[in-house]
Amino acid sequence: MADTVRFDNVACRVQNGELVHDLSFSVNEGETLVLLGRSGSGKTTTLKLVNRLLDATSGQVVVEGRAVSDWDPIELRRRIGYVIQEIGLFPHFTIRRNVSLVPSLLNWQSTRIEERYREVMKLVDLDPSAFADRYPSELSGGQRQRIGVARALAANPPLLLMDEPFGALDPITRSDLQMQFRALQQTLKKTVVFVTHDVSEAFLLGDRIGVMEAGSLMELDSRKKMMNSNHPLIHSFRNSVEGFLKQNESD
Amino acid sequence: MNLINFLQTNFSELLSYTFQHLFLAVVSTLIGCAIGIPTGILLTRRPHLSKPILGIANVVQTIPSPALLGVLVPLPFLGGIGPRSAIVALSLYSLLPLIRSTYAGINGIDRAVIEAGRGMGMNDRQLLTQVQLPLAAGVIFAGIRVAMVLSIGIATVAALTGAGGLGMYIFRGISMLDNTLILAGAIPSAILALLADGVLGLIQKKLTHISK
Repeated sequence: MADTVRFDNVACRVQNGELVHDLSFSVNEGETLVLLGRSGSGKTTTLKLVNRLLDATSGQVVVEGRAVSDWDPIELRRRIGYVIQEIGLFPHFTIRRNVSLVPSLLNWQSTRIEERYREVMKLVDLDPSAFADRYPSELSGGQRQRIGVARALAANPPLLLMDEPFGALDPITRSDLQMQFRALQQTLKKTVVFVTHDVSEAFLLGDRIGVMEAGSLMELDSRKKMMNSNHPLIHSFRNSVEGFLKQNESD
Repeated sequence: MNLINFLQTNFSELLSYTFQHLFLAVVSTLIGCAIGIPTGILLTRRPHLSKPILGIANVVQTIPSPALLGVLVPLPFLGGIGPRSAIVALSLYSLLPLIRSTYAGINGIDRAVIEAGRGMGMNDRQLLTQVQLPLAAGVIFAGIRVAMVLSIGIATVAALTGAGGLGMYIFRGISMLDNTLILAGAIPSAILALLADGVLGLIQKKLTHISK
């Protein structure tokens, strides 16, 4: 299987320290790789190294067989879907314009943009006509987050970067969106790098899971194998799930 | 009333002074925009320049207007007797509110919105014209409003260097110890400032509404 993204011994330093170091891993085509870790562990930095919002200070990041330093950053970013926790919808753009942002940056014809707008809105289960001329401020948090996903999918990028996309939602909306995203991913088969601090989300969505800590990747393995990991994050998660199951049995 | 009598008999002169006054203020605010807004944009991209440049604009602001005019008059090209030195001085005064509002307006935009724009592959120009300027428009316009009102106020002093405007009545009145004449200049210029403030305020409200 080809790797869509590969990190070769990557480090990223800024003036006041090292954000990530010794990162080496690859993301296979069509898989969802979840990077799990506490805040400040370097997950977001890792994502930004892929679409060059940050540049590696040593080592190299390779996307689709080409080092990101050889890509034109603008072109690279337009080929990568990006969803961030704060969503970052443009408040002065209608939903249609927000979703169609990358296609219009790519100068698609307007009929094709409109067609694609309708397609992706249906993918995220929102009515294309009803939302077209509304503004982000008129939408609920869950709807906005779906728009964020629709926008990332609009230009049909082979690779998606998702930075805690469901982190700010209430638990019920969050699990709705997680389920929907999982179903979507089973049909679309995008290559996804998904960042989260939520262990259950990692096990729900990840084909493979990597645990990050203090700027480096501690463990990386398939979901099944990670279930038995003894990393404290996963260990305590497993304990709480087992405790929950036991309690339910005894009830 | 003396004043009303005076204004009625000198109506055409009043009109031409008012027009000169407005001309000075509008032209200098426009020049101020042409220099101040791009400078403000530059500062958002080169933050290390913001301290020195805002500092200079601040210093200019503190120079008393008769002094600034006095310095400008003997200068070749920029100065001289007449509207030119007044327009240069007023433009300099309008720089600070314009630079500062542009800088603050753009820096005040939600960081996530900018990050998303960049992450989606917008280049600098697209980010500026499609996101930063529209979202900062309300704040920038507030700066234009301040600059305009400021210019209308200071333009009264421009009569000192022969630029005309409503200051003509005020200074003539002062030298002749004629209160009516002073008021004939002061009241219309105050009304002019209030009107400009009101009209620009309405436009600003509209802009802010759009960017919300």
